[in-house]
Amino acid sequence: MERVFVKPEVCIGCHLCAVWCAVAHSRSKNIIKAFLYEEPRPLPRVIVEERLPLTFALPCRHCAEPDCVFACISGALYKDRQTGRVVHDASRCVGCCSCVMACPYGCIILNNEEEEKKVLKCDLCAGLEFPYCVRHCPNGALVYGSTKGDCR
Amino acid sequence: MYSYLLPEFVVERREERCIRCRVCERQCANGVHSYDAERDQMWAAEQACVGCQRCAVFCPTQALTVRPHPAEYRPNSSWTREKLQDLKKQAETGGVILTGSGNDKPYRIYWDHLVLNASQVTNPSIDPLREPMELKTFLGRKPDTLKIVLHGEDVRIESELYPNIPVATPIVFSAMSYGAISYQAFKSLAMAAKEYGTLFNTGEGGLPAAMRQDYGKNAIVQCASGRFGVDPEYLNCAAAIEIKIGQGAKPGIGGHLPGEKVSENISVTRMIPQGTDALSPAPQHDIYSIEDLSMLIYALKEATNYEKPVSVKIAAVHNVAAIASGMVRAGADIIAIDGLRGGTGAAPKIIRDNVGIPIELALAAVDQRLREEGIRHKCSILAAGGIRCSADVVKAVALGADAVYIGTSALVAMGCTLCQKCYTGKCNWGICTQDPYLAKRLNPEIASQRLINLLRGWSHEIKEMLGGMGINAIESLRGNREHLRGVGLAEWELNVLGVKGAGE
Repeated sequence: MERVFVKPEVCIGCHLCAVWCAVAHSRSKNIIKAFLYEEPRPLPRVIVEERLPLTFALPCRHCAEPDCVFACISGALYKDRQTGRVVHDASRCVGCCSCVMACPYGCIILNNEEEEKKVLKCDLCAGLEFPYCVRHCPNGALVYGSTKGDCR
Repeated sequence: MYSYLLPEFVVERREERCIRCRVCERQCANGVHSYDAERDQMWAAEQACVGCQRCAVFCPTQALTVRPHPAEYRPNSSWTREKLQDLKKQAETGGVILTGSGNDKPYRIYWDHLVLNASQVTNPSIDPLREPMELKTFLGRKPDTLKIVLHGEDVRIESELYPNIPVATPIVFSAMSYGAISYQAFKSLAMAAKEYGTLFNTGEGGLPAAMRQDYGKNAIVQCASGRFGVDPEYLNCAAAIEIKIGQGAKPGIGGHLPGEKVSENISVTRMIPQGTDALSPAPQHDIYSIEDLSMLIYALKEATNYEKPVSVKIAAVHNVAAIASGMVRAGADIIAIDGLRGGTGAAPKIIRDNVGIPIELALAAVDQRLREEGIRHKCSILAAGGIRCSADVVKAVALGADAVYIGTSALVAMGCTLCQKCYTGKCNWGICTQDPYLAKRLNPEIASQRLINLLRGWSHEIKEMLGGMGINAIESLRGNREHLRGVGLAEWELNVLGVKGAGE
């Protein structure tokens, strides 16, 4: 499957991936409007790990055997057999946070901005042309493809 | 001591565009930006800003404008703001004022007073997109005469030929050492040179062993006054060897790489203990005369079995033509002349701004002198120091250069904004730093592509200019000053440059 690969050796820790991830998941897709005026505030699905000088972005790995899916009590998380993506169906999410605890990478984020607590995760910018984090990485530290060598 | 200095830059943040993403804060190695969670607001400590524009470029909402601070002293043509600030700085520190990059003073830039010719009516211009156009250049000594023997269809050259290096375009990356610049920047230059078929120059910091096999054939390796990293393998893996006598930004001055920049890999490459200062003496202590220079040239040729051209690099100074003549007679195959506006990682500001002569005049004088003495063919001339665009390359070639060295232009292509703070080791663009967090900002894959694009763009433009002149090979332009005319120059300047005034 196509997914996002990270290159820690060229990650500069700017967090632009997270900024644009939030924009990608905003209603307006307008960076200023999304951050300053949208309620609830859009949140990024990608986290940036930092222990300087090491930094790297960490989006969902879309694991072959996803712990989050096994932990989900409501069937909101599932592995899409066709695309290979780990998908989150928000309508079924009960906000129990089992997946948050199960994910070994810390890639699932609890949405505290909304009244009804639900989790958020990377959907590889489903519905958009190309993952925003990859497109906006200024240093080529995030790439998209089936293998690391064959990435755009 | 309380500083009386005025801030150099003003950082303007348009609050209606700022989304508090803190990208500016993370990108600034000088600690200018900071986030205040209590007020949900960004602050800027302007006095620390060096004007490198990293934050402005990386701000995703273009909320930032960084510009020279408008605060001014009472206007005074003699005591300018810069002079006053320098005086205050020295009164506070008692030291030599350091700086980086090249001379920024308004000395006449002769490139901007030279115009090129084009064909009209009496001779045809050439369209480089439809007809072949040759930029290939051979660097090295040429034979005095060429004796050929014909065997039917076969042509054999009888004369003794000297080692020459072909480059695909008359543009070579000038000396920037690993240590002065980051490994990533160094490698980017090497990758671009290899990909495009030209050369990069290792500077005096050696060539990391891991790069020798892949990039040695595109390297000019330097043997400078500190002799850092010089061993037989280093010399033999290279395309050419360069003896560095001087540098345009700091003629007569040595170098000093502070110990904190001498990391493990740099210490291995330079062959000095980790954490020790790398001091390059001002002179080469075994070269006090042309005869001494000759001994080193032939020692290096001996060490490389006479298979590599040896270049000698000097700063452009008053008697540059006579010195160059001596260098050629001493056995130099390439002479590199670095002009007044050449860059540096660190130099005393007073030297950078006041010592040396412009490359245009030096180049013209050297080419003229070597021709008069009948030894021009014995060497190639590399002109360096302030080559900003492809037209400068064409004009340099017309003034007599075989090729040009570009340093500052290459750095700018990689991201440098000439903030002149190279000596602080806090380059926000990851170029002139050894801090691993900052250095990885330069991705060699991206930076080398930017360099290749620059070489490609300039080469296209050079072909266009040549075509316009009705010339189909750069070789036909070399030293062809009939294709140049001066505009706004005094007679002595035209005489030194050896060009006619426009209209003549």
